[in-house]
Formats: sequence, C-alpha cells, structure tokens
Amino acid sequence: MTEMTTTVEAPERGLPPAREPGLWQRYGIVVIFLAPALVLLGVWIVYPTISTIHRSFYDRSGDNFIGLDNYRTLFSDATLRKAIENNLLWLLVVPAFVTAIGLVFAVLIERIRFSVAFKVAVFMPMAISLFAAGVIWRLMYEKDPDQGTVNATIAVVHNRVQPSGKLPNALPSTETVTGSTKGGLTLNTPLQPGSVAQIGLTGILESSMPPNAVQAVVPEPLAGGITGVVWRDFKPGGGTPGKVEQGELGLPNVTVELRDDGGRRVGTTKTEDNGTFAFDDVQAGTYRAAIASDTFAKPFDGISWLGASLITPSIMMAYIWVWAGFAMVVIAAGLAAIPRDLLEAARTDGASEWAVFRRVTVPLLAPVLTVVFITMLIYVLKVFDIVISIAPGSSQDDANVIALAMWRTSFGGVNDFGLGAAIAVFLFLLVIPILLLNIRRFRREA
Amino acid sequence: MTSATATAERDAAAEPSSARIVAFLGKTPVYLLLGFIGFLWLVPTLGLFFTSLLEPSQIGRTGWWNVLSSPSIATFDNYNAIFHNHAITSAIWTTVLISLGGTILPIIVAALAAYAFAWLEFPGRDWLFLLVVALLVVPIQMALIPMFSLYNDLGLFDTILGLVLFHTAFALPFAIFLLRNFFIGIPRDLLEAARIDGASEMRIFLRLILPLGLPAIASLAIFQFLWVWNDLLVALTFGRNTQPITVAIFSQMRQFSANIELIAPAAFISLAIPLVVFFAFQRYFVQGLLAGSVK
Repeated sequence: MTEMTTTVEAPERGLPPAREPGLWQRYGIVVIFLAPALVLLGVWIVYPTISTIHRSFYDRSGDNFIGLDNYRTLFSDATLRKAIENNLLWLLVVPAFVTAIGLVFAVLIERIRFSVAFKVAVFMPMAISLFAAGVIWRLMYEKDPDQGTVNATIAVVHNRVQPSGKLPNALPSTETVTGSTKGGLTLNTPLQPGSVAQIGLTGILESSMPPNAVQAVVPEPLAGGITGVVWRDFKPGGGTPGKVEQGELGLPNVTVELRDDGGRRVGTTKTEDNGTFAFDDVQAGTYRAAIASDTFAKPFDGISWLGASLITPSIMMAYIWVWAGFAMVVIAAGLAAIPRDLLEAARTDGASEWAVFRRVTVPLLAPVLTVVFITMLIYVLKVFDIVISIAPGSSQDDANVIALAMWRTSFGGVNDFGLGAAIAVFLFLLVIPILLLNIRRFRREA
Repeated sequence: MTSATATAERDAAAEPSSARIVAFLGKTPVYLLLGFIGFLWLVPTLGLFFTSLLEPSQIGRTGWWNVLSSPSIATFDNYNAIFHNHAITSAIWTTVLISLGGTILPIIVAALAAYAFAWLEFPGRDWLFLLVVALLVVPIQMALIPMFSLYNDLGLFDTILGLVLFHTAFALPFAIFLLRNFFIGIPRDLLEAARIDGASEMRIFLRLILPLGLPAIASLAIFQFLWVWNDLLVALTFGRNTQPITVAIFSQMRQFSANIELIAPAAFISLAIPLVVFFAFQRYFVQGLLAGSVK
C-alpha cells in the first residue's frame, strides 16, 4: 500500500477514511445506482397499485365513494361470475393436466434414444406467443370440416362410420309421403301387386342432382309385381305436386324398400336413371314403399368448438398444447437427477415397472412436480392472451376469465374503471398466496 | 408395454449379441407412440404455415392439407402482400423497437440496482431489497388503469417509449432479484482488489461485474426479449396507432375468416422470430420460464 487515493469511492472498509465524508459523498454513488430502478418501480408499480386499490372503491365516474359496491357487483354480475367460475375451472383442470402430461412425456422420452426431435416438437409451442397460439387454434377449431383441422379429422372418421346419403336435404313433395328424413320416408298409399308407386321429393338443389338423371317416367303396372318412380317433384315455376310432369327428372340410384303390413322389409331395389324401380314376383297382400333413412343422412357439418358450450374446454386444450413441453422438460431434468441405482435396486427386488414408477419415481419427483404445478397455477390465474384470441366476440362471455373480464370492463367497451379496478384487486388477492409460496421456494434455492 | 420394455432391457444386459434388436423391437411401441404424439404437436403450427401459403382464392374453400396436392396451390403471394402492406411492416418494425428497448433498458437499470444491493453499503439495504422483490406479486393488471390515465397526462400514451418503460418497470423486480443473487456470488477478493487499486464503483461495475455477470444477463435478456415480443396485453392497452405485430393481427381478428390471408402469414412471421431466438438459446429460456412465473 504505497499511496492512498482520495476519491470518494475510497475503500469503505479496511482503512479508515482520511476525513469524515458528507452524506452525498458517502451515499451519492448508491443513489446513482439505485435511482433509475426505484423511480421506475415507484411510478409504474407502487403508485398504480395503491391507486388501483383506491379507485376500486369509487364508481364509474370516479367521483363518488361507493365502498364495496364494485366488489359486490363482481360476485353478482352474471358475466363476471361466469369469469370467476371459468377461472376456477382453469385452476382445477389445467395445472393437473399439464403436470400429468409432462410426467408421461418425460418418462417416455427417458426410455428411448433420439428423443431430441420429439422434445423439439413438443417444446416448440413455448416459444410462440400465447396470442399466436390462439390464432393457430382458432384455425384448428374452424367449424367447417373443409377448413378446421379438428373437424376435418372427425369428418374422416364420421364418414367412414356413417357415409352421408345421396339426398341429404330432400323432403316429401305431398302429404301422401310421410315420415322424416331421420327415420326414412314412406309412401302412405297401400300397394298391391300391379300397383304403381309415385314417390315425389323436393328440396333437392339443381346443383346436387346426379348428372345421369333423365326425365322421370311413370312406369307401366307389372303383373305380379310392384313398380314405381322416385322423382324430383319440382320444375322451374313449381309444377303440380304429386304429378310427374315434363321437365321433372327421375332420381337415379335411390334405394327403395318394400315393406309388408307388419313393416318388415321384404325387398329392396335401386331406381333407374329415369327414377323408375320394380319389384318382381310380389305375393298377394298389401305393401308400402319406403326410402330408408340412410339416403337422407346429413354429411358431418362440424362440431362448433368455438360455440358457447365448448369454448372453454377448447381453449384449455390449446393452452395444454402450449405448456406440455415446459412441464416435460422440467420433469425430465428432475428425472435425470434421480439416482439410477435406486431404480435398479427396486427392479432387482422384483418390483414391476409400474410399481417402480409409482413407489420410487413419482415420490422422488414430487418436488419437481410441485414446481411445475405451482408455476402453472400462477400462469393460469392470469390467463388472458389465448382466451381473447381464440374466443370469437360472440363467445367471449362464455370463455371469460378474470384477467379478460378486467380488460373488457376497463378498456373493451364498458370502460368502467371502478369495477375494472375491483377485478384487478381481486386477481391480485388471488395471486398473492400462490406467489408467496413460490418466492419462499426461490429463497430456499437461492 | 412398460413390462415389455423392461424385459427387453434385461435381455439386453444378458445377451449382447441379438439383444440389441430385441431391445429395439421391444421399444417399437414407444417409438411409434412418441412419433405420433410429436406429429400431433406439430400439426397446429404446420397448419398455420400451410394456410399462409394458400392462394387467397382458395382460402375459405379448401383446407391447408390440400396445399401439397398436385397441381400445387401453394404460393408466397400472401407473404409478398403483407411485406407490401404498410400497416404490417410498420408493426413489425415497432415490435423490434419495443422488444429491443424493453430488453436492454431493464437489464441496464436492473444491473445497476443489483450491484448496489449486492456490493454497496447503505442503511436499510436488505430491507429495501426485500421490498423490491415483494413487488413481484403485483400483476400487470394492477397497473393498467392508473397508468392509462397517467400516460394520457404525460403524453406517453401510444408511444414506443411508453411501452418500453412499462415493460422495463415490470421486468425489474425479477431482474434485480436474479442479478443481485448472481452478483453476490462474485468473489469478494476481486472487488476488494479493484477498490484498493483505486477503481471507481462505476468502473468496477462496468469492467468487472458486467463481464462476470454475463451468463445471468444473457439468460435474462432472452427471456425478456421473448416476453416483450410476445406481449399483447400491454400494447393493446397503451397503444392505438403504435401497434406491435400482435396488436396489428388482433385488430384483424374480428373478421377472422375474411382476413385469414393476412392473419396467417403475419402470425407466422410474428412467431418465426421468437422461434429462432428460442432455439438458438433454448437452455437459458427454461430457467427464465421457471422463474418467470413470478411475473
């Protein structure tokens, strides 16, 4: 130590300062380092927090003190109660699902090599904003099976199980044909061998008429048989219902059933290009002609995922898609830290894989699972972006959550700052206990 | 399935020759299952990308899965269109500015404060630090209403600076917490030596603390960058004409079906950049997320 510096920043410990420094000399540097942070925190966080709490006791105009009225509204207003209920559902469902799926994925990838590709695929949504994830799933959930991926997938299965009929929109043209398109249509006129059945249908679009259809013809009676025609009982201008007229086309390839008095099916046949059909060799008796319901089966027109009843589960699924990768990576890291010999010992003792998983792996992972679960609780409590982006305007009341309700009430048209402030305070009160838990964990780790 | 793989593993230990094949076959169901799940996880994002390639005339008429059909109906026209759409290009530029500002500023401010909390002596230091960390519990929603009014008075409403300052303030509690804990791990001897050599505190901060703190700063920077880039709530509240890309897309969502040709490519661009940042610095990101739950 050959020379002593005389700057203000002289050592604060060790050597005694040459003279007693002033307050500024002693703490000026502290002020310089701390001031920007404290100003920002004070103006942007401390002041608004106090102000929001204060504002929540005032009415919409901000002039009249109304005590706890805003908080009462929070629990009595139907929209806001729905938001609270939905958020509760989110808290109950989503963290548990995310943690469970993350655990399953983590255990699965631990068993294989080349798991990187899988990790990348599952973790990728984490980098995407929740808003962009919302846009992605809004597309996925489009109702039209020609556009929405989810409904398109269901349509493939649906059409395999129940193909759509030839005449999905047809209706009877006269009252002699009864029944519904759901149960099939029946011609009420009793038929005997030699009768001619005329089954007129309407409601069939020009564009959906088969190209091979030709002018409908009323067939000749057939001795010992029943003949008939199925035709589009409509022509430009209307025509007379129940009567085969010039310009009206037969409906080809329609399956017609012949039923006896007891309603039992005794025969089926298909119509020709001109709509005619014939049953040969019919025994004496009374019969009815009918067109079975599968002819009228409607094509799958899509589940409305974004409608009032499904919107919240739909958004939750999208949210789980986003977060599963996070849970997987954190849990996989925890899994890698479990000593191998512990698992080996259990296996050597004859424990089944399932027993090892339940009795050894999961208990050892408990701290990590808790971390994931609590992290998810906090994010879910404040969920906003993905809800506002997936839910169309018409479904936002049904999809509502606390953070969204706060924003809509304050800035989304209602513009009630008093009530909005109360919702914010409510959210704040819910977040505090979970966060204190989390901060304690951090302090333990730090 | 689990017991089958376990058996395979035991076999593998016993018989090195044919055992590998047995082990692999035993794991085939796991591979298939993971392959399927991985594919499922990719479909939504691929769907957005392929939709963005659909010709405008095809949007609303055909699904994205037909893009790969032949003759191909894929086109980059939509991208071309949005790059010539002034609203979108300026939104991208705004996003870049907000994200850079909202990353750099909080790191500078937090690093200064963290250094003070870690290595400067002043009365009430630990008490003040605890208070700053306690601000972690305040959700953004608590600040929206008062700041909306204050921004109007201060002329910060609808400005990039206003958005940057908001993001900075809300990044601080966690950033200060993280950096202070990192800085305090720097060996005391290093600092003492520098002080004895006559280095000013500012010099110590710039030449010693910042370089040594780089790992923590990098982790913080990546997390903060993605956070700000992906923000919707703050920009939606404090912006009107100053729109980052998220808000610009959001404003088109009211007529979602009609605007898909614009929404799909814009959304894809908005997520491509975070995706690149994210895959380049993945491991920092996970740490940030875990910690980020306190935001």
